Amino acid sequence: MTVEVRVTATLQKLIGQKVVRGQGETVSQVLTDLEQRYPGFQTQVLTEDGALHRFVNIYLNDEDVRFLQSLETPLHEGDVLSILPALAGGGR
Amino acid sequence: MTITVYVPTPFRTLTGNRSYVEAQGDTVGDLLNDLGVRYPALRNLLGSNGDEVPAHINIYVNSHEIHTLQGKATPLKDGDEVAVIPAIAGGQVFTPEQVERYSRHIVMPQVGPIGQRKLMAAKVLVVGAGGLGSPVNLYLALAGVGTLGIVDFDVVDLSNLQRQILHHTHDIGRPKVESARETIAAHNPDVKVIPYREPLTSANAIDIISQYDIVVNGADNFATRYLVNDACYLAGKPLVDGAIFLFEGQATTFLPGQGCYRCLFPAPPPPGLVPSCAEAGVLGMLPGVIGAIEAIEAVKLIMGLGEPLVGRLLIFDALAMEFRQVKLRRDPKCPLCGDDPTIHELIDYEEFCGVPFPAHGEA
Repeated sequence: MTVEVRVTATLQKLIGQKVVRGQGETVSQVLTDLEQRYPGFQTQVLTEDGALHRFVNIYLNDEDVRFLQSLETPLHEGDVLSILPALAGGGR
Repeated sequence: MTITVYVPTPFRTLTGNRSYVEAQGDTVGDLLNDLGVRYPALRNLLGSNGDEVPAHINIYVNSHEIHTLQGKATPLKDGDEVAVIPAIAGGQVFTPEQVERYSRHIVMPQVGPIGQRKLMAAKVLVVGAGGLGSPVNLYLALAGVGTLGIVDFDVVDLSNLQRQILHHTHDIGRPKVESARETIAAHNPDVKVIPYREPLTSANAIDIISQYDIVVNGADNFATRYLVNDACYLAGKPLVDGAIFLFEGQATTFLPGQGCYRCLFPAPPPPGLVPSCAEAGVLGMLPGVIGAIEAIEAVKLIMGLGEPLVGRLLIFDALAMEFRQVKLRRDPKCPLCGDDPTIHELIDYEEFCGVPFPAHGEA
C-alpha cells in the first residue's frame, strides 16, 4: 500500500521535502517504513514506548487517527497522512 | 429626482424585507414624505409631514447626518445615497463621523447598523501584542470593537518590527501595551483599550478573561496557550486560537463544550524540542494572514455571522500557498472538557510545561 505522507517544519528538515511516499498497511507500518529510510523520523512522532506523542497529531485524510484506530488505523491506496505538531508561536 | 434609500434591518419588515428602496424628492423632507406614501408603516416612524425627524432616528445623505447639512431642507441630486439609521435600544445613535467611518461595514446588509452596534458594544481580550496580536488588535480596532483588553508584559524590541504592525521604530524599549494603545488611538479613537502589562497567570487569568465576551489568542508559548485554553473553558468564553511558525500557521475557534486545545494537542512538547520563533524565525507577513483570520473569526462571533472555525483546524502553508482543513473533535477523554474531567481549576503551568513561565525578552 502506498500512501502520501505530508510533513511540516521539523520533519521537513529531516526528509528534505514536504511530501513523501510511504509503504504500509497501517499508520504504524508507514512510520516504520519512513524510519528505515529517514533514521530519526520515528522519535519525532512516537514516544519511547511506541505511542503517538501527545503534541503531534496524525491525520488520515482530514480525520485525526486518535479518533480512528490510532497507529493501527488501516490504510488504503491513495490515502494522505498529514503529520502535524503543535505550534506555539505568536511571533513575540 | 429618484433617490435610493438604505433601510436598516429593523425597518425592513416595513419595506417588504428590502434593504434598498427608491423614493422621489428634491429635498430630504420631500423624500421622507414620499417614502411615507409608498410605505405607510414607515410614516409613523419617520414623523408625519412637516414634523421634525424623531430624535432617535438619524438621516444621512452620502454619510453626512442631515443636521450637519440643511436638515429636511437638504437638497438632493441624482446619485445621492440616503440612509435611515435608528438608535438601537439602549444605545445612542451613531455620530455622523461613525456612520462615515464604518460605512463600508454598515452598508453590507449582513452587518448593517445593528452589526456595527454589536461590534461597538463588544469586549474582546487579545492575549499578546506581538506578531499575531498586532493585526488582531488593529483590525478589531478599525472595525470599531468597543473595548479591547490587551495582555502583554513585554517591551518593543527592534527585531519585533519586521512583523509587529502595532509598533514603530520610536517605540523601541516601550511597553508593548502602551505602544499598542497609542497606535490604536491614532487609528480609531472610539476604541477603549484596557492594557494589562503583566503575564497572564493561573492567579489572574480567570479574573481578566471573565470581563470579556471573546478571547483571541496570540500567545507565543505553550504555557500561556494551555492556560488561556483552560481559563476560557472554565469561564465559558469562546476562544479564537492562532499560531505561527516559520512559513506555517494554524487557526481554529473553540466554543466551550465543543472541543478545546487539549482535545487537539493533549500535551505540549518537552522544552527544547520545538524551537521558538525567536530561535527559528517567522515570515513577517505570516502573522498578518493568521491574525486577520483570527480577527474575522472574532467579528463573526460578535455579529453571529457565518460558520465559525469550530470543529476545524485551518492550516496555512505560505510556501505552497495552500490552506487545508482537518477535523477537530471534542475528546471524551479530555482532562478539561471531556466526560470525566480532572481539571477543575487552573493548574501550575510552569510545572506542566516544564519550562519557566514566559521570561522577559525573547520567547
